[in-house]
Amino acid sequence: MPIQYYIYLCLTLFSIGIIGVLTRRNAIIVFMCVELMLNAVNLLLVAFSKMHLATALVADKATKVGTDGQLFVFFIMVVAAAEVSVGLAIIVMLYRNTHSVDINFLNRLKN
Amino acid sequence: MNAIIVSALLGVVMMFSGIFFQNKSIIKHIAAGCLLLLLGANLLQHYEIFTIKIDTHNLLRFEKMGIFFNTITIVATLIYVLLSGKDIENTGVHVAEYFALIFFILCGVSILTSFNGLLMLFLGIEIMSIPLYILTGTDKRNLKSNEAALKYFLMGSFSTGIMLMGITLIYGGSGNFQIGQAIVSSAAGTVPNASFLEVAGLLLLFSAMCFKVSAAPFHFWTPDVYDGAPSVFTSFMATIVKVTGFYAFIRLFENQNELLGPTWKIILSFVIIATLLVGNITAVFQQSVKRMLAYSSIAQAGFMLFGLYASNDLSKEGILLYSAAYCLATIGIFAVLIKMKDYTLDGFNGLAKTQPVLAFTATVCLMSLAGIPLTAGFFAKYYMLASVVKAGGSLMIVIVAVLFAAVSVYYYLRVIQAMYFKEGEAETTEITPSFKVGLVFVAILILLIGALPSVLLNYFYF
Repeated sequence: MPIQYYIYLCLTLFSIGIIGVLTRRNAIIVFMCVELMLNAVNLLLVAFSKMHLATALVADKATKVGTDGQLFVFFIMVVAAAEVSVGLAIIVMLYRNTHSVDINFLNRLKN
Repeated sequence: MNAIIVSALLGVVMMFSGIFFQNKSIIKHIAAGCLLLLLGANLLQHYEIFTIKIDTHNLLRFEKMGIFFNTITIVATLIYVLLSGKDIENTGVHVAEYFALIFFILCGVSILTSFNGLLMLFLGIEIMSIPLYILTGTDKRNLKSNEAALKYFLMGSFSTGIMLMGITLIYGGSGNFQIGQAIVSSAAGTVPNASFLEVAGLLLLFSAMCFKVSAAPFHFWTPDVYDGAPSVFTSFMATIVKVTGFYAFIRLFENQNELLGPTWKIILSFVIIATLLVGNITAVFQQSVKRMLAYSSIAQAGFMLFGLYASNDLSKEGILLYSAAYCLATIGIFAVLIKMKDYTLDGFNGLAKTQPVLAFTATVCLMSLAGIPLTAGFFAKYYMLASVVKAGGSLMIVIVAVLFAAVSVYYYLRVIQAMYFKEGEAETTEITPSFKVGLVFVAILILLIGALPSVLLNYFYF
C-alpha cells in the first residue's frame, strides 16, 4: 500500500484526538483522546520507518535503516503507560472529592 | 552521566528512607545530604576527575555548559530544600516520596541538559513532567490542588502528543532523530532544501516546547496551575523545571535557524512580544501575590526567550546567569510567601514592622526579579538584551522588552510598598532563626552575583 494512505489515516486519527480534547468535557474521554493522539503517532512512526527501509533496501540489501523509528514506538508506549497510571490516579482523586469527572466543574481557580 | 545515574539512584534511596525513618525532619536532612552527594558527583564530571562511562550510541552528548547548568539546578534545589524543607513536610504525610519525586525530576533535568537527539529530548521532558503532575496534586483534600493537577496533566499530555507528532514528521522528512542533521546534509547548497514535513514538524515541536515553558499563545494553563498547586511545589515548578525547559528549548533550536528561514525570527519575535505583553499587563491587575508571581513568571519567560532569539555565545552566558538569578530570587520570594497567612497584597501590609528580616530579603528578591541594578536580575536581563543587539537582531524588540521591564517594576514595587509603607498587621506562621539565616544567605548571593556577575561566569570557564 502506498505511504499516503497511512499518512492520511494517522492525520485523521490525530485530528479526531485533538478535536476530542478541545470539545469534550468528560475527563476520561479527554484522556482517551490524548491516548488516541499518541497511538496515531505510533502508527505514523511505524509507517515512516517502513518507508525509509523500503528506499534504503534498493541500494543495500542488508540495511538496518528504520529500526530507530520502531524503537521509538516502544518508548512512546512505555511513557504513555506511565502517564495513564498518574492520570487515572489524579482523576480518581478528583472523583473522590467531587463525585464527578466533568471538567466544567473545574473553574474555581478562575477567580 | 554522573548526574543522571546518581539522581535516579538517590530517588530510590529516598523512597526507601520513607520506610525506615518515621521522623519527618530526618528525611529532610537525608534529602539535603543526598543533594550534596549529587552535587559532588556532578562536580567530579565537571572537573573530569571521574566520569561513569557508558556507550549511549550517540544519544547523549555531554558538554561543559550542560554540566554547569546541572550544577546550577542542583544548587538551586539544595537551597530550596534547606529553605522550604519544613513546608514540604507539612504538605502531606508521604514526605519521603515528595523528595524522591524531586530527585526523579532532577534526573529528567540532567537528561535534558545532555540530549543529542529527539528520543532523549522526549524522554527527558516526560521524566521531568510526570513527577510534577503528582507533586501538583499532593494536597489531596484541597479541590484547588486537584483541579490544578488535572488541568496540568491534561494540558501536559496534550502538548506531549503535539510534540510527538512533530518528532514523527521530522523523522518522516529526514529519516533520523538527530537534530540539526538536515542542515549538514544540505550544507553544500546555499539554500537548505528542508522538506515540508521537516518544517511542519519543527513548528509543532516549537509550539509544544512553548507549551512546556509557558510562552505566550500557550501560557493559559500557567496561572491556574501555579495558583492551585501547593505553594512549595509551585516554587519548584516555577524555577528549576522552567529554566531547564528553556535550556532544552535553546539547545534544540540552536542550529535550526537556517532550516526555518527568515520567517523563524518573525514567529519568534511575535511569541516574545506576546509573552511579555500577556505576562506583564495581566500581572498588574492581580490582587493575590501568588497569582501575580505566576504571571510574572510568564513575563520572565519572555526575557529568557531572547536567548533563543539571539543564539550566540553571549546568550549562552546570559541563559546561565538568568537561570541562576531567576531561581534564587523566585525561591526566596516564594519561601517568604509560604510563611504568610494571607496571600493577597493586603496580607503583606506592615510586614516590615513585624518581620524586618523577611521584608528585607523579599525586597531584594523582588528587586532582582524587576532587574534593578546591583541585583543579579539586572545583569541577567542585560546579558539577554545585549546578546540580541550583538546578534544584529532588530533593535525594536529590545526597546519593547525594556518598556515591559519598566511595567514589571510597578507590580513588584506594589508588594514592597505594602510591606514598608502601609499600616497593618501582617500575620505569618512561626519563623525559625535558621530560616532567617537561610533567607539572608539567598539575599547575599543575589547581591553578590549582581555586583560581580563574572564570579559565576568565570566558574563556568574554569
